[in-house]
Amino acid sequence: MSLLEIKNLTVSFDTVSGPFRAVDGVDLNVDGREILSIVGESGSGKSVAMLALMGLLPDTASVTADVMRFDGKDLLTMSDRDKRSIIGRDIAMIFQEPMSSLNPCFTVGFQIGEMLKRHTRLGRTERKARAIELMQAVGIPSPEQRLSAYPHQLSGGMSQRVMIAMSASCRPKLLIADEPTTALDVTIQAQILDLLRDLCAEFDMALVLITHDMGVVAQMAHRVQVQYAGQKVEEQSVEDLFSDPHHPYTAALLSALPERATGRGHLPSIPGVVPGQFDRPPGCLFEPRCAYATASCRSSAHRQGPELGHALCNHPLINGAPADGTQAREITV
Amino acid sequence: MSTVLQATDLTRTYEVKRSVFGAPALVRALNGVSFELTPGKTLAVVGESGCGKSTLARLVTMIEEPSSGFLTIDGRPAVHTDKDLRRTVQIVFQNPYGSLNPRQKVGSILEEPLKINTADNAETRRQKARAMMERVGLRPEHYDRYPHMFSGGQRQRIAIARALMLNPKILVLDEPVSALDLSIQAQVLNLLIDLQAEFGLAYLFISHDLSVVKHIADEVMVMYLGRPVESGPAETVFAAPKHPYTQALLSATPVADPAKKRERVQLEGELPSPLSIPSGCAFHPRCPIAIPKCAKVIPAERLVARRQVACILAE
Repeated sequence: MSLLEIKNLTVSFDTVSGPFRAVDGVDLNVDGREILSIVGESGSGKSVAMLALMGLLPDTASVTADVMRFDGKDLLTMSDRDKRSIIGRDIAMIFQEPMSSLNPCFTVGFQIGEMLKRHTRLGRTERKARAIELMQAVGIPSPEQRLSAYPHQLSGGMSQRVMIAMSASCRPKLLIADEPTTALDVTIQAQILDLLRDLCAEFDMALVLITHDMGVVAQMAHRVQVQYAGQKVEEQSVEDLFSDPHHPYTAALLSALPERATGRGHLPSIPGVVPGQFDRPPGCLFEPRCAYATASCRSSAHRQGPELGHALCNHPLINGAPADGTQAREITV
Repeated sequence: MSTVLQATDLTRTYEVKRSVFGAPALVRALNGVSFELTPGKTLAVVGESGCGKSTLARLVTMIEEPSSGFLTIDGRPAVHTDKDLRRTVQIVFQNPYGSLNPRQKVGSILEEPLKINTADNAETRRQKARAMMERVGLRPEHYDRYPHMFSGGQRQRIAIARALMLNPKILVLDEPVSALDLSIQAQVLNLLIDLQAEFGLAYLFISHDLSVVKHIADEVMVMYLGRPVESGPAETVFAAPKHPYTQALLSATPVADPAKKRERVQLEGELPSPLSIPSGCAFHPRCPIAIPKCAKVIPAERLVARRQVACILAE
């Protein structure tokens, strides 16, 4: 049984100009100790889906799902009170901007202690000892002194370590990391990614890693889920996704990577832009930008089976070409 | 080949007040940088935050003057007051959401540089703006639109178009694609490659993304705390980096290939503050191969395997 199971998650926001569907029927499964990566460009709904799970969305958002189960417990029917005892303790989350996710008015030690106070029965001195232990575990030098440091006294990398210490304080079963290293320098990014990987192994923790960086995905993930404009378009193991992407969007995204380009000169780019609130195509959302789209794509897109990476596509690719022999077309945007 | 910009030993220091009575501290943002720019070629400056790459951009665009060192642009010494010279260097900033005035229409954004710097009449300005819009892939109807009506990639096209309005010879690109999505990033990089070929522009391309740099750069300069640590032809440097910092930077960059889980040169610790740069080689506290001598001697740049390396141990 999977640790987290979500079926047909839909999140829509009430905006002045009508409802906007940010997440559109997304399924998600995370097994224990697994690292699942959700990749997508901005507007693909990758963060919103996870914020919906954590209950962190504003009132203008309406969240519906067929199934939302964590560790055998149904999150949909659960009372808010019970939910609060799970969220933060068994499911923890860290965010992109470490500097702005810590409270500037309180010391680091206080903020880690607050987590422990809320979710454990440790006494004051035990909490302090545990906070020091946690800070050591995430590689913060001289933790006794850093306990009384304020967030503005820490660098970005250190703040992210503090966030990780806070989220790991109750030994969660699942950690959701929303672009945890996007704001950091590469050498610091490498340190934080190594830290997350070690913590997962040490605490038997599953990790959902939200990112847009294909390099980070390749180095970290076991399984990858690709999202586009709020829909899941493909899901595969990391090796298979990079060697044989089945959805044309995934394939195009991978070939747009500068490091995959052969020699200098033009990169293969994807024409057009991600559809917004008012220009959502009726059928396949990638159809206007897809080189292999046909008339049938304008009305609907079919979900393929696991052998084709659950691709949401009528003409899934095998080894870079559509299996049904559809010819590439010229796209005018 | 002729150079269009020559920088010799540029330094830039800033004074920061730390307390009311104490003496101000010196931030050495740039600490002796020399390089050349050639028409039609790209020099990429790579480094982490605080390495001085943005300060370098400000010096080259003559927004600020160097504390010491010489800068010659187009054969003339770069002085703050030389208005004609300033036209030859233009800049594109990282964040196209912040660099365009939200209250100006695209047309007037593009015409403003002409209005200030040339004697063109309104009709000529409009023609030039429309021609440039077409060149960077914007549609004619975009002329009367506001920046908020565009996506990030299109805004960056507007910013690039604005920078090219005065036919500059040098374009400083300060992280031009790092705020953009991957599929859009490729479009903008392609545009930059085309424009360089068409106008013979010299690019100073500032970036922290090594895969982008690898793709677009002819020459690369890796900086650490205000000093270049390794510079040379991009292929040479990327194929076999010689400075331990370049090696660490390259191995820390994630590769989009799950089969390549390579051995990392893991760097300990964080970047020191530019307020207190370590003695000797600034990199020695984090360097995996440092010897005691590194803490004493500031390594001079020397030629190792067809590139300049500032490390006494590199060979």
